[in-house]
Amino acid sequence: MIKVEGLTKRYPRTLAVDNISFEVEKGQIVGFLGPNGAGKTTTMRVLTCFLPPSSGNVNVAGFDVVESPMEVKKRIGYLPETPPVYPEMEVSEYLTFVGKLKGISNADIARRVDEVMGRCNVGDVRSKLIGKLSKGYRQRVGLAQAIIHNPDVLILDEPTSGLDPKQIIEIRELLRSLAGDHTIILSTHILSEVEHSCERVIIISQGKLVAIDSVANLTNRLRGSESVALEVESPDGRPNPTDVQQRLEQVSGVSRVMMKESKNGRLSFTIESLQGRSIRADLARSVVNAGWNLSEMRAIGLSLEDIFLELTGSGADKEAKDKDKGGQQ
Amino acid sequence: MRNVLLICSKELKGYFASPIAYLLMAFFALIFGFGFYTATRDVAKFAFQAQMMGQQQPMSVNDQIIRPLLGFASTITLFLIPMITMRLFAEEKRAGTIELLMTSPITDIEIILGKWLGSVILYLCLLGMSALNVVMLFAWSKPDFKPVLIAYLGLILQGACLLAIGAFISTTTRNQIIAGGVTFFVCLMLWLLSWFTAFDTGAVASVISYLSIVTHFENFSKGVLSIKDTIFYLSMIFFALFLTARSMESLRWRS
Repeated sequence: MIKVEGLTKRYPRTLAVDNISFEVEKGQIVGFLGPNGAGKTTTMRVLTCFLPPSSGNVNVAGFDVVESPMEVKKRIGYLPETPPVYPEMEVSEYLTFVGKLKGISNADIARRVDEVMGRCNVGDVRSKLIGKLSKGYRQRVGLAQAIIHNPDVLILDEPTSGLDPKQIIEIRELLRSLAGDHTIILSTHILSEVEHSCERVIIISQGKLVAIDSVANLTNRLRGSESVALEVESPDGRPNPTDVQQRLEQVSGVSRVMMKESKNGRLSFTIESLQGRSIRADLARSVVNAGWNLSEMRAIGLSLEDIFLELTGSGADKEAKDKDKGGQQ
Repeated sequence: MRNVLLICSKELKGYFASPIAYLLMAFFALIFGFGFYTATRDVAKFAFQAQMMGQQQPMSVNDQIIRPLLGFASTITLFLIPMITMRLFAEEKRAGTIELLMTSPITDIEIILGKWLGSVILYLCLLGMSALNVVMLFAWSKPDFKPVLIAYLGLILQGACLLAIGAFISTTTRNQIIAGGVTFFVCLMLWLLSWFTAFDTGAVASVISYLSIVTHFENFSKGVLSIKDTIFYLSMIFFALFLTARSMESLRWRS
């Protein structure tokens, strides 16, 4: 339904999206995940024909976004980050306007408006000015606007932001009921969102594709590995951080050693194991054999949250990690 | 066409749902009404004095009231037009609703024409306030109605032209105040330029006065339906709307 090949979007001073490729099958719900500024919104804007790509091919619902944007626009529903509502309009008036804008005939419009107001639970405010509505209602009016013409593809930029927990659950249920007939891409930086409503996840960071997989696979991929927090003390009070790190890295089964902090002669590390390896016993032995004191050791559970942080990373070690993950794809 | 009318009616609803339309109409009616009052009072006084002195000068409601009044109206609209156009695109850009329009199956041209048409209709409502005054003259005297219609045509063309320029300026910013301020400055310059070049005859002066949109209203105000000036206005409208379309397109490339 959606096919993106080598999409790059360059702004005058920044490279917002760097050579991203992915495909989305019909009827899937796909989560578009990444920290703020990762290029989620830019990618979505290209998919909706709001921005032209700098290079690459983007095909939505069977049409190219550059060559036949009109055909694409007829088949997509889009909810931008801030719902595109006119505060001076009433809810039903606004939905009627958008419906007509999307090409719904005058005969069908009233029925469609009623239908989406029911679906998005905004019927009780139908004759209120949108400017007077709360953020949650406004968000739902925005969602109603996106589905009014029954589009093949729904593109939602952070659909649950600003909603209270109950509303979030309602929106999730709504999205799930829409999947099947509609292909849905939703962006978010909230992970539980993806765990709850998406079948597949596309993770991007700093404009690059970091991972694309089903939610189950992604969690499995890292669940097999172990993460350990370790604190080392040396009797003379002055352990050499690089020595310790090197020794820990040499323990078999260790994939990565990260130095956390060094305080009062104590060094804390976070250590990750390779897939399916248990390393705690070996680590303890290694530390003790070197003559250091093992003052703390505990296992850290890995959630989707950690996977996300791990994949998107931050700061200096980012580039390396990106390359690493890119290699695994 | 359906899309153009859809956008146009949305714009009009926007104007009339907020105080803008009513404020502008009230301003215009008040200032024009004041001009109307002074003009008719002076003419009446002058006619009275002329009669007392026994002089039989021909009086013309067209020349002495309507023509200067409509010239006055053309100047007032210069100050009101920025307030009509400033929100056209700037507000949509600020609120993000431009994203809705630009991702809907509707062309940029349709959006622009719809918005421009909406602003022209509000402008016609303003002119309608002045027509209320002018109609009174027809009730109490017998002015020639053809020059009045031509002068109104001139007012409409001049306004439509300035509205198109204002629409273009509004696409260049997301700040209404800036859009309004720049448009106001442009209108003011056009007005001033027409003054500065009124008595100059050099090549530069004649080019400037030709480009100054206000000078082309003169023939219309005299009741002369000038093809040359009509074509000037129409081509300026076309040019300004063309620039607006280019500017909207560049939004996609820059934003």
